[in-house]
Amino acid sequence: MHSHVFGRSLALFLSMGLVVGPAACGDNTLPSKGGVGGGDQSLSGEFAGSGASSQQSANEAWIAGFRQDHPQTRISYDPSGSGAGVNAFLNGSTIWAGSDAPLSKSQVKQSEAICQGGTAFDLPVYATPIAVAYNLGDAGLNGPDHHLKMEPSTIARIFSGRITNWNDPELARLNPGVTLPDLHITVVHRSDKSGTTKSFVSYLHDAAGSAWPYPVGENWPNDLGQSAKGTAGVVMTMTQAQGTIGYADAAQTTSLGSVAVRVGTKWTPPSAKAAARVLESARRDPEAREPRRVVLDIDHTTGQPGAYPVMLVSYDVACSVYRHDQDRSRARFAKAWLTYVVSAEGQRQAAANAGSAELSEAVRAMVMASVETIEVD
Amino acid sequence: MADVDQAMKEAAMAKEAGAGRRTPDRDPAGQAQGGTHSGARADRIFRFCARGAGILILLALAAVTLFLILKAFPAFIGDGGQRSKAIESLSGGRASGFWQYVGPLVFGTVLIAGLALLMAFPVAVGIALFISHYAPARLSTALSYVVDLLAAIPSVVYGLWGALVLVPHITGFWGWVARHLGWIPLFAGPAAAPARSVATVALVLAVMILPIITSVTRDIFLQAPRLQQEAALALGATKWEMIRLAVLPFGRSGIISASMLGLGRALGETMAVLMILSPGFSYALRLLRPSTSQTIAANIASQFPEADSTGVALLVATGLVLFIITFLVNYMARRITTKAGA
Repeated sequence: MHSHVFGRSLALFLSMGLVVGPAACGDNTLPSKGGVGGGDQSLSGEFAGSGASSQQSANEAWIAGFRQDHPQTRISYDPSGSGAGVNAFLNGSTIWAGSDAPLSKSQVKQSEAICQGGTAFDLPVYATPIAVAYNLGDAGLNGPDHHLKMEPSTIARIFSGRITNWNDPELARLNPGVTLPDLHITVVHRSDKSGTTKSFVSYLHDAAGSAWPYPVGENWPNDLGQSAKGTAGVVMTMTQAQGTIGYADAAQTTSLGSVAVRVGTKWTPPSAKAAARVLESARRDPEAREPRRVVLDIDHTTGQPGAYPVMLVSYDVACSVYRHDQDRSRARFAKAWLTYVVSAEGQRQAAANAGSAELSEAVRAMVMASVETIEVD
Repeated sequence: MADVDQAMKEAAMAKEAGAGRRTPDRDPAGQAQGGTHSGARADRIFRFCARGAGILILLALAAVTLFLILKAFPAFIGDGGQRSKAIESLSGGRASGFWQYVGPLVFGTVLIAGLALLMAFPVAVGIALFISHYAPARLSTALSYVVDLLAAIPSVVYGLWGALVLVPHITGFWGWVARHLGWIPLFAGPAAAPARSVATVALVLAVMILPIITSVTRDIFLQAPRLQQEAALALGATKWEMIRLAVLPFGRSGIISASMLGLGRALGETMAVLMILSPGFSYALRLLRPSTSQTIAANIASQFPEADSTGVALLVATGLVLFIITFLVNYMARRITTKAGA
């Protein structure tokens, strides 16, 4: 038991520094569509992006896949964080930025400096379910087959410190037949600013009603329990002690137990497929009115059977015309890159390597309409 | 730091004395031979190098100070509203003024480093005395070697060890402490599970600074005058009395210097704290609870990547505060040492 936890923690810890997940292996075995020496030779050079670390493994898969068709390109993605990524983009040092949050009004305004004759736009490229995960291994409740059932308001009461023990009557009522231990609940949350935190908090804000008293933001709103840096830090902290509960990318919490949340009349555990179902009914956020922007408004209170509404949607930010881009190589790259990323093939690669939810046809059509407007001649 | 300065000063004094003695040799007594000439030149070159090194360290210090002040400056000029917005963003809405922000960080830094010193100091002096006065020669050589080796382990290794091994294993112990000693406010529970608390961090830092303190104090104890020790024994003192009479008073200033070296390392320690502690933002003296404190250095490291330009200036300003604290600690140590030495 201990050595298992140790090995896992070590692996996670190392991944904090060099986030080279399983995605890095096997990328090169993609079937080449162009055949040996084929592909589009017209696009060449070095292209850089940076931003959200949540997109890291998906980007590794995309870079490998994209280079199959464009062997002359060298692409890098620096997972420096959403804020740093957007700043680098707004300085003009990268071609695109990955961001867990849509652009703010002032960022859109600022982007006039680098996007000629217009403003930057953000497009959803990556969506992943966020698991509400717990460690009750000693009670035999961990693993992918165990899901404690919780209402959104139950989750809100745990994460706001009003349910403090695992044998709370409310948890017992929702989970008949499960022996819950008499154990203090330790809430684990992110210590850094994070899109995952914002997504999780806005889910509680929308779905838990008055049970969740805090505003939505990228910082965790209370001082409860423990905090740790990054997804890897949160997962490591949870694995180190019994009775912890936290939220993290569902692909990273497979050794822990995860909560099946109440959706309509059913209990739905986190899965890419269930998250994709929510994306199908996602609407465009009416607040983001600037041209070409596609910001998704996730329906956290969905009652659709089999849908899992706790999820992170991550965006790519680009321009339709770049300044200082005489030969249009940056625009041509941005167009080709985004086209690949949101293609059925690109989404499948991300799903296979990062465990993300594939974007629905409807969302992809909206995104492609914006990508088409990137001027390349 | 302090003892290095001391050593340098002594070396410089010795050198000057040497140069002074050498001068008559160069007098036109007609005895100047080739060897003395090249010796004089080597002496000049050496003096030049040593002086250069001394000036270089001053320049480096000045450059660091200047950098901190210049980079922190933008946080204090200009728009106060923007500053308080940046502070709110850095602290997650827990503070809006600079001192309100830096206060808990200073508290956390001093608390953790102080606790580490408190735990490491008695053990370090014990090990040093054992090596210098109790252990058989063979064992003491081996122990000295091991201690020096420990001092060379990078802090990130201590951090990894703390986060991956110590934290999961010490959780039960702190829980026991909280249950049985919880009536003392310092140890009030519930203890953190996993134990990513101030107590665990201080323990790891204590282990980390132990070798430096041991290493320096051991060297001091070994230099305690033999004759006085033998005299004490001859007058019928027991070994402990002899150490108390002849060794500890002699080594007092050195022990303080060594502790300050250790404290300095603990104050500035970043990686180990970052890896182990669940950060918090308060003045709470609750060692076993999670999320109560954070240190300045670890805070800079964790906030830097996501900070905007005002945020970076503010973080550098907290770095300046840490710099001043370290300076004060060294200064006080100097005062104590000179008083003790006099």
